[in-house]
Amino acid sequence: MTKISSVNDFVIKFANVNGSGSASANQMFAKGVFRSGIPVSPKNIFPSNIQGLPTWFEVRVNEKGYLGRREGIDISVAMNPQSYGDDIKELKSGGYLIYDSSWKRDFGRKDINVLGIPLTELCVNEFSNPKQRLLFKNLGYVGVLASIFGMDKDIYIDLINEQFKGKEKLIEPNVKALGIGYSYAEKNFKNLCDIKINKSNKTDGLILTSGNDAAGLGCVYGGATFCAWYPITPSTSLAESYSDYSEKLRKEIGTDKNKFAFIQAEDELAAIGMTIGANWNGARGFTATSGPGISLMSEFIGLAYFAEVPSVIFDVQRGGPSTGMPTRTQQSDLLACAYASHGDTKHVLLIPSDPKECFDFSVKAFDLADRLQTPVIVLSDLDLGMNDWSTKEFDWDDSKKYDRGKVLSKEDLEGMEKFGRYLDVDGDGIPYRTYPGTHPDKGAYFTRGTSHDEYARYTENGEKNAEVLSRLLKKYQTASELVPSPIFNQDKSTSSIGIIYFGSTDCSMQETLDQLDEESLNVDAMRLRAFPFNLEVWEFIEDHDLLFIVEQNRDGQMRTLIMAEGGIIPDKLVSILCFDGQPITAAYIKNKINAHLSGVPAKIA
Amino acid sequence: MTYIIKPINHHPRLETNKLGLTRRDYEGAVSTLCAGCGHDSISAAIIEACFELSIEAYRVAKLSGIGCSSKAPAYFLNQSHGFNSVHGRMPSIATGAAMANHELLYLGISGDGDTASIGIGQFIHCARRQLNMTYFVENNGTYGLTKGQFSATNDLESKSKYGDDNLFPAIDLPTMAIQLGASFVARSFSGDRDQLVPLIKGAMSHKGFSLLDIISPCVTFNNHNTSTKSYDYIREHNEALSKPDFVPLGKEIIASYEPGESAEVALHDGSTLSLTKLAQDYDPTDKITAIKNIQESQRDGKVLTGLLYANPNAKDLKEILNITDQPLNALTQEQLCPGKSALKEINDNLK
Repeated sequence: MTKISSVNDFVIKFANVNGSGSASANQMFAKGVFRSGIPVSPKNIFPSNIQGLPTWFEVRVNEKGYLGRREGIDISVAMNPQSYGDDIKELKSGGYLIYDSSWKRDFGRKDINVLGIPLTELCVNEFSNPKQRLLFKNLGYVGVLASIFGMDKDIYIDLINEQFKGKEKLIEPNVKALGIGYSYAEKNFKNLCDIKINKSNKTDGLILTSGNDAAGLGCVYGGATFCAWYPITPSTSLAESYSDYSEKLRKEIGTDKNKFAFIQAEDELAAIGMTIGANWNGARGFTATSGPGISLMSEFIGLAYFAEVPSVIFDVQRGGPSTGMPTRTQQSDLLACAYASHGDTKHVLLIPSDPKECFDFSVKAFDLADRLQTPVIVLSDLDLGMNDWSTKEFDWDDSKKYDRGKVLSKEDLEGMEKFGRYLDVDGDGIPYRTYPGTHPDKGAYFTRGTSHDEYARYTENGEKNAEVLSRLLKKYQTASELVPSPIFNQDKSTSSIGIIYFGSTDCSMQETLDQLDEESLNVDAMRLRAFPFNLEVWEFIEDHDLLFIVEQNRDGQMRTLIMAEGGIIPDKLVSILCFDGQPITAAYIKNKINAHLSGVPAKIA
Repeated sequence: MTYIIKPINHHPRLETNKLGLTRRDYEGAVSTLCAGCGHDSISAAIIEACFELSIEAYRVAKLSGIGCSSKAPAYFLNQSHGFNSVHGRMPSIATGAAMANHELLYLGISGDGDTASIGIGQFIHCARRQLNMTYFVENNGTYGLTKGQFSATNDLESKSKYGDDNLFPAIDLPTMAIQLGASFVARSFSGDRDQLVPLIKGAMSHKGFSLLDIISPCVTFNNHNTSTKSYDYIREHNEALSKPDFVPLGKEIIASYEPGESAEVALHDGSTLSLTKLAQDYDPTDKITAIKNIQESQRDGKVLTGLLYANPNAKDLKEILNITDQPLNALTQEQLCPGKSALKEINDNLK
């Protein structure tokens, strides 16, 4: 019998029944590995369902810090007989299967190592409460894993203590459940598993958190005082993160009143309307949504663009089109966001690649929205937003000042002869604005989505309207100079082949680039972080004869944006596309690149 | 010409208010609505109410959606910021704006299409959330700008100008608003300035969601003799509940009525809305009576006007959400940003 043998480098997949409490146990397993000093990337692969359907949880453990999804499962914790078939199929030869052997079964594969533990029987014997009997099977298998990987069991006991702080009654049974699995494995599985976890220090300076958690915190740090939202997977936890952090960090001392407003709107139309209203009145406000919400918000996004009202929108993308795959990931809202709304509209997009950048870009989004007086859309995705990532610690520079943009105070207005809301005084396409209620007889204007002149007055004069539209293009040019620059894999381009990618693809791309390097294939890579594209982006495209554009959508939407915005000839832009709802893998990207370069069609992974 | 600025020619002896301002100081641009449009009378009543209450125009925000009614904010209070948003979505703009700065006075101007059809969801939730604003429905039962289609407040028995039957019953906004928890609900008629001005003053002084459903005939598309929203029809069928009189804070109520004939509604800012009862014994603080009266008068083919319902003690959204007294838009970075020190604990909790 072959046995997979590795240290600090494997993929484990948990198969559970949705609603059985497995997610928190699985998360605890991942955190225990993280605390052992090894980077992990847990991914929750869940159904759009509350209870009963199969759900999976995949954890990649990798000491080198490769956090992208990797195909092939080394260990399967199969706790759902409904999905045994698929779970066994995915398991690599020499892999390990842990299952509940209260009901023994032959899995029909001779090349895998089956570790059966009668979890149901053990839990029935140890616990009398039926709910506990079910729930504690989860911690039972965490105990098994701690034993077979040779981990320090105390790490999990500490985690249990932390998780149930304030509910001390729950600590003892949880520790007991962990111990049941651990002891059974110590006794029955000794030396059966050659996959080990050895303590390391590769998580120093890292935290384990999700993009949505980070973005919500970023909004608190970025000075947002207003959030209106409508529940939609996978963005809900972003709004909730903002609310949770605000409850802790934004209470007025003495009165215990809220230095923030958090409103669950009746729909996405109201959510964006409220956000625009708050920003119009000088508060920093945002909304969080996903693709269907963007579709609904589009009319209002056009208003904010044309009336030049700042607003921050988070689009945590999921599988489309239509309702699509609400619990799977994609990067397929690029075009919908870049040109959201009817008429000539173009919007600023920020595209973070990890939770740390979600935090930073949240702060940045408010500065840019205020500076540019326009909607700024932060494009995250389900993989980045909802899964925990091993990411750099959050950091804040206390000397940083918010950029509230061109806002006239009462004193400014006092000294002015005339105020024109849409006058391009500085030549950068960005006019000056006033908040309502600033000055008794100066600075009032009428915000409108109808055609208007420099003084915000309604006009049906076509030339005047064209002037406003042209100025908005100038502002768009200014935006390209202010948005975050792309990140390059090397200081100077040295290859004729370039790779363009963005967002959550980053983790897999780092691995691809290392693999290509090992194969002595020299490529330049550029990670786009924003739209509109700046000069550096165009130079990179100019400098390469062949460019792979890696995207998690069907239509090559970033490629379309590049062609449309830069007039780039399509021939040299080769799409690498993954749109099955699973995060893209390094192997997939590398295969596609190699296949293209060798002229052989890539095998579909 | 798409925007007409009014010339500023003040008569030297124009009456001034406490701020030393004249009515002219509360005006807006020249109206581009049809001559005789009820909406212009409402604008005039708003100007009168603001003048009489000595409101600082720059502390008012005028918000609207789309339609004839939604153009109206341009025609009063030149010194106020205005926001002509998208169709049916004024309530959400108002909600965000009012949460950003609760110290301003929010006037939402909407119509029956803007409120009862495309915007009914936002209207409902705005009322339900008790947003502190005065919501005007300039109700003419018709779509004017698109040339006279029925709106959802048009009565079943009403016919269009072109003789078409209205197939569906009217939505009664005051009944809905009361049921939803609005704390000040009145109906009036654009042609009844004596009733309208005190009601506007009362609504603006009230804390919480105030609905003013104002029948405002459309002279072009819905003023014919088979319409139930025409000037003639409303004058004939108007059943005023009371003759309201707004009594500002500190001003003595001149009791010219016999005991039992008037009722007073104390408003949040200390002023009073005094109601001389014209109809039956009516307690405007009782929800159930209010809805019953509206429904009965409808059954009898009458249009009940006046203050229909008020709850002067209702909480508003700012209180419900427990928001600071200092407006959110005035909080400084120092008050908002937890800074580097707080991040340490957050980072540690994520390890």
